[in-house]
Formats: sequence, C-alpha cells, structure tokens
Amino acid sequence: MKIKILLGVSSVFMLVALYMVFIFAPDTESGVVQRIFYFHIPLAWIAFLAFFVVFGSSIMYLWKRDKKWDAIASSSAEVGLVFTTLFLLTGSIWAKPEWGVWWTWDSRLTSSLILWLIYIAYFIVRSYISEEGQRARFSSVIGIIGFIDVPIVVITIFLWRTTHPRIEAMDPRVTATLMVSIAAFTALYLLLFAQRIAMKQDEDKLNKLKAFLRR
Amino acid sequence: MKTLNKALVIAWKDILSETRTKEIISSVLIFAILVIVIFNFAFSGSQQTMISLAPGILWVTFAFAGVLSLNRAFIQEKDDDCLEGLMVCPVSRETIYLGKMLGSLFFMLFIEAIVLPVFALLFNVNVISLPLITITVLTTIGFVAVGTLFSALAVNTKAREMVLPILFFPIVTPIIISAVSASGLALGGESWGSITYWLGIIAAFDVIFLVVSYLVFSFVIEE
Repeated sequence: MKIKILLGVSSVFMLVALYMVFIFAPDTESGVVQRIFYFHIPLAWIAFLAFFVVFGSSIMYLWKRDKKWDAIASSSAEVGLVFTTLFLLTGSIWAKPEWGVWWTWDSRLTSSLILWLIYIAYFIVRSYISEEGQRARFSSVIGIIGFIDVPIVVITIFLWRTTHPRIEAMDPRVTATLMVSIAAFTALYLLLFAQRIAMKQDEDKLNKLKAFLRR
Repeated sequence: MKTLNKALVIAWKDILSETRTKEIISSVLIFAILVIVIFNFAFSGSQQTMISLAPGILWVTFAFAGVLSLNRAFIQEKDDDCLEGLMVCPVSRETIYLGKMLGSLFFMLFIEAIVLPVFALLFNVNVISLPLITITVLTTIGFVAVGTLFSALAVNTKAREMVLPILFFPIVTPIIISAVSASGLALGGESWGSITYWLGIIAAFDVIFLVVSYLVFSFVIEE
C-alpha cells in the first residue's frame, strides 16, 4: 500500500519535473547541457541524505541490535550508491562540453569519488561475510566510520584545489524547477528504499521457511 | 592510567613476539625498499623533478607498507587462536584496541625510521628534518588508528587481507593528501607557518578516528 502511494507520488512528480526541466526552465548561456544540472544536484543531495540514513541506522543497529536497522542501513546504502554513481556520471557528461574533459581532479569530483569508493567497500565487505549478525555489525561500523570521514575528506580536498561551479543568484523559474526535481528524486529515493526493505523482509521470511522445511 | 598500563602490556607482547619471529618488520622493510626501487624505475629524472616527486613516492611507500604490516597485526592472533586468549583476559575490548594500536604504531615508526634515511640516501633528497619527522609521526598515528580497527574487521571476513586496503585507502585519503602537501612544503624549504595548517588537519583526523575507533572496536571483535 505504502509502496503504491510512493509509486504514484514519484511518477507524478517525475513527469512534472521532466516538463519543467525541458520546457519550463529558461535557457542559459551554456545551452541545453546546463539542464542536466536539474538531475545532477537532486541526485547528489539525495545520495548524501541516503548515506546519512545509513549512518543513523548503523548507530541504531549497534545500540538496539534489531535486524530491522541493518535492513534499513543496507537498503539506503544501495540506493545511495546508485545515486552517487548517477551523479558522478551526469557530472561527467556535463563536464565534457563545459570543461572539455570527462574528468578533472577538482575538489567535489574527487571527494565524490572517494565517497563512492567508501560505499563500494561497504558492499564488498558485506559480500564477504556469511554470518548475519556479524555482517550487520561490521557494516554498521563501516557505515559510521565512512560517514564521519566524508566531511574531513571534503574539507581537505577543498583546501587542496577547487574549480567546481558555485550556485549563484538564480532565475525563479530555475529555482522552481530545481525544487520540483529535488522533490521528485526524494520521492524516488523513498520508493526504492521502501521497495528494497520490503524485499529484504520477504527474503528473510523465505529463509525462515527454508530452514523450517529442512528440519 | 591503569588502562594505559594494560594496553602497554599487550603492545609489549606484540613487540616481544616480533623480536622472536621478525615476521612483520623484516618483510615490510624489504617491501618498502622494493617500492622505492620500483618508483626509481618509474620516474627517473633530474634532481629537481625528484624533489617534487619525493613526497608522493614517500607517502605511497608508507601507505602500502602500512597496509602490509597492519594486516599482520590480527592475522597472527586469529591463526593461533590468540584473539580468544586476549578476549578472555580481564581487560576491556577498548584496552585491546589501544594495545594493538600501540604495537602497530611502534612497528610502523620503526620501519619508517629505517626507510627515511634509505630514501634520503637513494634519492639524495633531504627528508630527515624536524618538520618531516613530525608529519610522519602524526600521519602514522592516523594510519594505525584506522588500520587497527579495520585490520580486526578484515581478519574476520572470508577474503581477509583483501579487505583491509579496500577499506583503509578511501578512509585515510584526507591524511595522505595532507601529508603529501605538507611534505612538499617542508622539502621546498617553507616555514612552519604553512605546514602547521596541514598538520592541524592531520592532528584533527588522528583525534577523531582514535576516539571513534576506540568506541566501536568492541563491536568488531565481539563473538
């Protein structure tokens, strides 16, 4: 039920966002390429939100030892990792016509890449542990350490170098489009997140049934 | 104070067993020197280029050597079931972390104390100076603070020594960047003023990760 509502909400928002991004929003001097920013920024923000959820539920797991928190943390990390991959890709597509290169070791690009690598490691470690409780404990530890590391990485790399564009005063239509786009991606995040948790719960039930049948 | 004493006993145990087996220090030392030799083939250039490349070479060497030696810290414990022995000792898990951390810190600093002069000799770059030694000691503390936690975690997974570098390198990037930048400034003959800026970041990283690792370590070796 919850998933159906989320599906409806995110579909409507996505359609409105698409209309606003391609038709409503005004052209800027950089042309059509600039419109990717309406996808790039929401993806990046939601990725950070997702990793914050991982951080919070990792702490909750270590405190309460409830399997539910591990399912929440790992589901959010999965969606966060997908969104991070997408915002790295959209950024790269934007950078090619704007900067002439696919990649440059700018501060935000570098810190995003490090962020991506940290959460890749999160899933690699998960795949190497078969015992459930241990897997939950270890990934909680990585979820906490990884998130604490992010601001330090960002500060250090900022001091090191930066060329990333800053957000300046924007046309109200641009702001509106960006807001709707963020709302759409937030709904999409919640949808994927809820879907993934539901899948984990089903998996869990299935495993219990299997164990019962084997007995 | 009591905790520190107990931690020192654990560190002393590691040092004692190392003096008998010489497993970590000898192999890591040779590895570090090999890395330096390979870098020499990769970048051969004039004295001036060597000075600008030296900080990078030095920190890649130390980071690789660090991963190698930190990996060993818990593999021995695990293989001979010593970890169980340590865990039944009347000390807290946090004390075990401190002890293992101090042991690894000692090994790393010992290795670096030999590698730095060898590096200076082979590349003819003056890396033995007060600023560089300060940078090295502070960064090594950060390495072992994070590395000890992840080493204990890695040894309990199926892939064991594969896991540590994957976790360790992304987390320590801030101190590697700071150490390379600070070493570059120090080798360029800059004053303390510009170096302390980076040293501050390294010190902040050390404090944050010593505290966080100390707090979460008990979750990693609980069985």
